[in-house]
Amino acid sequence: MNIPHLEITGASIEFPTPEGPFRALDNVNLKIDQGEFVSLIGHSGCGKSTVLNIVAGLYQATEGGILLDGKEVNEPGPERAVVFQNHSLFPWLTAYQNVELAVKQVFKGKKSSSEMKEWIEHNLSLVHMEHAMHKRPDEISGGMKQRVGIARALSMEPTIMLMDEPFGALDALTRAHLQDSLMDIHAELGNTVIMITHDVDEAVLLSDKIVMMTNGPAATIGEILHVELERPRDRVALADNHQYNQYRREVLSFLYEKMNTSKKEESNNLVQLQKQPDSKEQAA
Amino acid sequence: MNKAIEFTTSLLTNIVTANPLDIAKGIFKSTTIPLAGIAVFLVLWQVTASQIDTSLGKFPGPSEVWKQTENLIDEHNEARKKEAAFYLRQEKRNKAKLEKNPDAKIKHRDYTGKETFIDQVWTSLYTVMVGFILASLIAIPIGIISGLSNTLYKAVNPIIQVLKPVSPLAWLPLVTIVVSAVYVTNDPMFEKSFLTSMLTVLLCCMWPTLINTAVGVVGVSKDLDNVSQVLRLNWWTHVRKIVLPSSIPMIFTGLRLSLGIAWMVLIAAEMLAQNPGLGKFIWDEFQNGSSNSLGRIMVAVIVIGFIGFILDRTMLGIQKTVSWDKSAVLR
Repeated sequence: MNIPHLEITGASIEFPTPEGPFRALDNVNLKIDQGEFVSLIGHSGCGKSTVLNIVAGLYQATEGGILLDGKEVNEPGPERAVVFQNHSLFPWLTAYQNVELAVKQVFKGKKSSSEMKEWIEHNLSLVHMEHAMHKRPDEISGGMKQRVGIARALSMEPTIMLMDEPFGALDALTRAHLQDSLMDIHAELGNTVIMITHDVDEAVLLSDKIVMMTNGPAATIGEILHVELERPRDRVALADNHQYNQYRREVLSFLYEKMNTSKKEESNNLVQLQKQPDSKEQAA
Repeated sequence: MNKAIEFTTSLLTNIVTANPLDIAKGIFKSTTIPLAGIAVFLVLWQVTASQIDTSLGKFPGPSEVWKQTENLIDEHNEARKKEAAFYLRQEKRNKAKLEKNPDAKIKHRDYTGKETFIDQVWTSLYTVMVGFILASLIAIPIGIISGLSNTLYKAVNPIIQVLKPVSPLAWLPLVTIVVSAVYVTNDPMFEKSFLTSMLTVLLCCMWPTLINTAVGVVGVSKDLDNVSQVLRLNWWTHVRKIVLPSSIPMIFTGLRLSLGIAWMVLIAAEMLAQNPGLGKFIWDEFQNGSSNSLGRIMVAVIVIGFIGFILDRTMLGIQKTVSWDKSAVLR
């Protein structure tokens, strides 16, 4: 192994606030290999999304930075496609047109229009949306919207796919369906994925590596857990798997024992966190 | 037209599915109640009008207004006949001349009769549309640009807020003087009165569109903005594919407000600028002061009301067709 696919080195970020800079992230270091599925897990407000946004290039790290295949990343780009929490589809475009917008932008001059059409339909069929591809977002369910969001991200042929709590707003059954689809797609295409979640089962089921973040402010990586369960993974079979439950226990104990040791600290954090949205707005 | 089709289809489905009593109720609600409202209004109008004595006789009631409406239409038809006769005579005369001497110079003169009421309605509509469309062409791009840049928005906003409430009557003298100073030509394409009215309309009606467009652009969701950044859309594509569609509802809200203001301003502007439209019609009748004048002015008032209503409905129709958010209730 020479250079890692993606390397986050000493990434810290500060947002300006009226009471001085607010340090949201402090010294995040992470190496991710090609084809790895990495989950970021932590309590809400701990800066998971900030890490993702720095990798996406939507935020700039105040200190440290990101190397993708040895090149520095400091602006957004389609090779780091993002699946947003609330799908972020254009409500005035059909599912097909939403993907088309991305495909036309990324493959302008590289694919003919018939190749583009085929590619759009291929990506929509990967997420099982071929039956509703000419419907607009307000005509399809939340799960279907998220599928289209994933298809749009996949259609950019990203080297890394960034997913910001992609299934957070969905009901448990829909979420399970989409997790299975995502595992199939990951097995087939072998992309690198970074996914934010606060669902422990989701993290263990999908990931090769679970990155557990400490609580903010100045959040950083607490522990990294390597999940060495064989693929393809089956959620029903794993329910009784000793190793699976061991991984679950480790994540749970990090989140609810190690991160909850000091109640006083927690309440301090909450006060700080309530100030954070303002500072983010100013930064944006 | 759309409404009519909608109404018929809903009526037809009602007939198939609902029981006769419900249909009767539906028809009652949708037609009888508004008609009853109008009837009560007409009675009140007639009664009140007969109490008001003016120097020009009694204030016109509905029947008098109806009579004047018929008069105005008759006058229009007569004027058209005269015009046709005029052109026929001219043609005959020219033909006769050419038969005598093939090299004779023929004169074509335009008919110079007085504009009829209906001509004036068209002049008004033309003037307001030119002013409104030009205002929109200026306001929408400025709105988009100032909505996209926070700095520009802050720079432009105070100016807009101060210019917005200025009355058309305040602009008019300035516009009149500037037009007569700047628009100097021997072969004018437009009448000065037209330019003055149109520019006053433009100045007064561009603000709602400008403000609403800017607000709509500022309101483009951060998530959609992020998608645009990830896709590295260039400025123009970003505006065309993301900013414009997502602010369409707000732009149309502005356009509707603007068109309403434009129509109101126009009447005042035409009165003072003597543009041969509805405003001038009212002014002339007022100056004329015959026993018919009040009735004729009332006809103009009602026509102005109806045209304003139709203009608003037309914009609403366009908004409904263009807007992607079909679930939004527009009224």
